[in-house]
Amino acid sequence: MSATKTALCAITASLLASASAPALAASGDDLSAIRAEIKEMRRDYEHKIDSLEKRLRAAEAEAKAAKAAAVAAKAKTGALAATTTTSASAPVVLASAPPPPPAETPAPRPPASAASFNPAISAILNGSVSSIEHDPALAAVHGFALGDEAGLPDRGFSLNESEVAISANVDPELLANLIVSIDGDNQLSVEEAYIQTTALGNGFTVRGGRFFSSIGYLNEKHAHAWDFEDAPLPYRVFLNNQYGDDGVQVKWLAPTDFFLEFGAEWFRGDAFPAGNADDNGMGTVTAYVHSGGDIDEESSFLAGLSYLRTKADGRNTGGDMFSGTDDLGIASLVYKWAPNGNPVNTNLVLNGEYFLGHEDGQFNGVPVNYNRTGFYVQGAYQFMPRWRIALRYAQVQSDIDLPLALAGSTLDDFGHSPQATSAMLEYDTSEFGRLRLQYTYDQSDLQPNNEVVFQYTIAIGPHGAHTF
Amino acid sequence: MRKLIFLAAILTAAFTAPARADLNVFACEPEWGALSKEIGGDKVSIYTATTGAQDPHQIQARPSLIAKARGADIAVCTGAELEIGWMPKIVEQSANSKLAAGQPGLFEAASFVRLKEIPARLDRAEGDVHASGNPHIQTDPRNILTVAKPLADRFAELDPANAAYYAQRYADFAQRWTAAIAKWEAEAAPLKGLPVAAQHAGWIYLFDWLGLHQIVVLEPKPGVPPSSGYLALVLATIEKQPVKMVVRAAYQDGRPSEFVSERAKVPAVTLPFTVGGTDEAKDLFSLFDDTIKRLLAAAKS
Repeated sequence: MSATKTALCAITASLLASASAPALAASGDDLSAIRAEIKEMRRDYEHKIDSLEKRLRAAEAEAKAAKAAAVAAKAKTGALAATTTTSASAPVVLASAPPPPPAETPAPRPPASAASFNPAISAILNGSVSSIEHDPALAAVHGFALGDEAGLPDRGFSLNESEVAISANVDPELLANLIVSIDGDNQLSVEEAYIQTTALGNGFTVRGGRFFSSIGYLNEKHAHAWDFEDAPLPYRVFLNNQYGDDGVQVKWLAPTDFFLEFGAEWFRGDAFPAGNADDNGMGTVTAYVHSGGDIDEESSFLAGLSYLRTKADGRNTGGDMFSGTDDLGIASLVYKWAPNGNPVNTNLVLNGEYFLGHEDGQFNGVPVNYNRTGFYVQGAYQFMPRWRIALRYAQVQSDIDLPLALAGSTLDDFGHSPQATSAMLEYDTSEFGRLRLQYTYDQSDLQPNNEVVFQYTIAIGPHGAHTF
Repeated sequence: MRKLIFLAAILTAAFTAPARADLNVFACEPEWGALSKEIGGDKVSIYTATTGAQDPHQIQARPSLIAKARGADIAVCTGAELEIGWMPKIVEQSANSKLAAGQPGLFEAASFVRLKEIPARLDRAEGDVHASGNPHIQTDPRNILTVAKPLADRFAELDPANAAYYAQRYADFAQRWTAAIAKWEAEAAPLKGLPVAAQHAGWIYLFDWLGLHQIVVLEPKPGVPPSSGYLALVLATIEKQPVKMVVRAAYQDGRPSEFVSERAKVPAVTLPFTVGGTDEAKDLFSLFDDTIKRLLAAAKS
């Protein structure tokens, strides 16, 4: 086949050559002669390359067909063996018939197509059905002005946020990550979009763009990586579930034998608890230190101290206006245990965080200066592969000495300290699929609320590794 | 201000700390830690990230691992996506670009070995499949030898001052290892052709080496724990095609293989799988001594 092709090429080339020869003689122009020659050579080579490519494709197709045939033959023998050995309807996966043919293939070569530079693309989908005793739209956490995300879920069936994540190395110096989320009302939003250095050295990492702050423990984790369907009460009231904004972060990992990391961030300051980017659009600063290590082969911990300071300039929360400073300190501790350090069968995760906040400014035009505290503690236990249970208790408290002008307003806690207790049962279909049933006895409002949520969460595509 | 002084103190401590060894090795699995020790001797300082009791597919990016990866000159791992659930996060968080993919500081053993069981179809409906093939190459000692040479070369590349030392250690190891392989093959001769069941399809390299014949796997799909209904089907298969033993790795849940072992009345064998998987498997040599001893004991009963 290749011989005929070469012959064809030769004939075509000679035909072309003879066809162009008279033109050459007629013009007598050296330049055009050279041009014609180049053209001829190019054609010749194009033909050769073309035929070589065809041969290559044919050879590849042959190899593929042979492999497919081998696989089919293997599957056939497997199926045969199964039907002869078991009478049950579902065939047991048998090893290849004796003697096992060595399915060796040479080390894989990376595919040469342009698609091999495609970034890793994955999607997180989740939906839920909830039953909430008292209308969630009217629920309030008295004493606290809440951001727009901090409310309860809707009743009934709902598609929650769907996330599409795209990530890749940009070049040897940078990586990039984009996470777009689409909420149940078809609202598209950029959840995270940042670039990060990979080769600064000496333990330094710089990140810029939009991202979740690394303060606290849960804050930078995506909602699908939490142990409960929702954020704990203090995260809802202090950080509108999660603090993320546009800005820059610098992290430094100390060259110590145990884990010790320092970080600082500078944000635009548009997201709650900030508002209306003050200070030329650089309104929030944070600083934190995280430290941790292994206690023994079976257990490890991570502790953190974080601080956030922001200025709000006419922050609007459901009609309430606040201007002033908001300071927040968070102490966090996580402890993980697994027998022999192998979490596959059983494992335990305990964590808790304490929040201390201070707001100083004008609330609806009335001067306020007061402290707020909150904490949550939770434990999640995997008692057998694929099954987990978890318990959580959370509480927040406002220490405001309420000015008379604010009586009955959002900041009036009516002598009530908001709290919530949750229990969760989880079944994993695999590492990538999860079903959850969660019950919350919610005492954040004056009237206790019973809330039941059933939720599925799945990840498809090459989903990146998770943090501790 | 006090914070700054603290920071400065740590920085000074970091840069004045005496280097402990010429090469800091972060070994992803115990077998590569042990091989690094054989090749690197006292010129390397080794931190082994996992133990024989842990499932190398499912390790968490613990703070301790990030701290150790920060100062590593080389990560010696299996590759072939075995560590995909944790290593990328550790490398990113450690901010150590030496260990990034494509750098000489990331040594992936599986890239030097011809992998078996490359899936024809990549679909998570098939369970926990590895696109590049079965990564559990360390269960065949001939693969260890194949990997030892490029590892010695890599050590020499990163630490040229000790190149001769690594080459000499490799030559010595290769000689002892080749002799050991011959010894193991002679010992394991009675195992040839024996039909066995495996809990997880993690033994293809060992079985091919020793000529053991895998009749059935207890997991319905790789990494998917078997239900009791599925184990009943496995037992029906074993009734028609008897096996001599049920094999599992030390890090795996023993219940499925014990369930089958009791009902099919064949021994359940726990193999170390890697260094430290059993008390006897203290280094690479005793790993295979113990593996063959346990297989022979089960074959006799």
